[in-house]
Amino acid sequence: MGRREIQLRLNGGDRRVEVEDQMLLIELVRSLGLVGTKLSCDTQVCGACTVLLDGRPVSSCSTLAIEADGKPVGTIEGLADGAKLHPLQEAFIDRFAFQCGYCTPGMIIAAKALLDEKPSPDAAEVRHWMEGNICRCTGYQTIVDAVLDAADQMRTTR
Amino acid sequence: MLRRFDVHRAASVKEAVQLRRLFGEDAAVYAGGTEILLAMKLGIARWPHLIDVKPIVSLGEISATKDTLRIGATATHWAIERNALVTRVLPALARLEANVANVRVRAAGTLAGNLAFAEPHADPPALLIALGARVILEGGAGLRSVPVAELITGMYETTIAADELIVAIELPLPAKDTRVAYVKFQILERPSVGVAAVATVRDGRFVGAPTLVVGAVDETPRTVPTAQFAGEDARDAGTREALAEAARAAVEPIADLAGTLEYKRHLVGVFAQRAVASLMAQAS
Repeated sequence: MGRREIQLRLNGGDRRVEVEDQMLLIELVRSLGLVGTKLSCDTQVCGACTVLLDGRPVSSCSTLAIEADGKPVGTIEGLADGAKLHPLQEAFIDRFAFQCGYCTPGMIIAAKALLDEKPSPDAAEVRHWMEGNICRCTGYQTIVDAVLDAADQMRTTR
Repeated sequence: MLRRFDVHRAASVKEAVQLRRLFGEDAAVYAGGTEILLAMKLGIARWPHLIDVKPIVSLGEISATKDTLRIGATATHWAIERNALVTRVLPALARLEANVANVRVRAAGTLAGNLAFAEPHADPPALLIALGARVILEGGAGLRSVPVAELITGMYETTIAADELIVAIELPLPAKDTRVAYVKFQILERPSVGVAAVATVRDGRFVGAPTLVVGAVDETPRTVPTAQFAGEDARDAGTREALAEAARAAVEPIADLAGTLEYKRHLVGVFAQRAVASLMAQAS
């Protein structure tokens, strides 16, 4: 307790890091240079800091880093395959589903968790799943469209 | 950024209880952290020690006997919402869980933690009270079972003793012809008002009195006095309005960002009506 070494699988690569008990997961991933994960509300309301912990979307601003011990953690940096963007990233660009982009990493990670569990959601399911991710500039329609497009794309290329 | 604390991973309920006795008020029981980490960030609470109960495997179990659904203390909203047993025997609870806060809170937060923190703006307490759910607590003196209605005594206040923790929530399964509904209104992350209704309806009439519990508007959930509605025609607009009036009269809403006292009282009436409508829309 206090300070301990944890081992996690971060975007597919094994990492051993020393963390203090009160360290938050967002502090850990950003200290490792993965600054695509954004801090905004700091109260689990906005979704900007969403990462995947053991495949589930969590608020990294309100999750202790020690919770990642022995588990896979996925951030926005882990989605693209080299220069080839993930279908969700492509769809967000094609649909103009962001303006300032601050909420986008969290949006895309949340959407990935949805499509991993449910590859063919309908629009209502996308809206329900994404209602905890807040965007203050785009409006939500293009985001819902992008997630549905990506789902189509991922099904046809599977 | 959080101030320094130590996390103690308890391997058994016995160890968790020992840690509770050792640290007393300096420790909080920790599972999802969705409430206590926020409280610490906001500076409204500080615990130098957190007792992590997630390693206790038995606390994550969800099981049922012929007449009781038992949900372990570390079962998350996410797990309960997706649990095949819960979906089958108590679909209203699965639906409630699927609409708690947001997907991230559901992935981390637990039903037991929701009850133990006793945040007034919460979904589960109203339905759990309407169903007659009980919380199983374990502490230095052993096990005890407390109705949820008696567990929550005020805003962020419960009867959980300093050396106790919730090990499970037990819900009596409603009889086959009993209908269960939970409806809510929400503009922020937490419900402005939630109304739970449980009743047996035959030929359009309540068999016995319906149970109506209003959550999220008061310091604690309020059970609406409904004895006078036993046997009443639930299809009748007059009956429904009288039930809504009884619900409005039973609450003393707290004005906050979710609305004024008058506005919330109005909502309580509207959602009491909708809860009854939801009951009536169900096939028995």
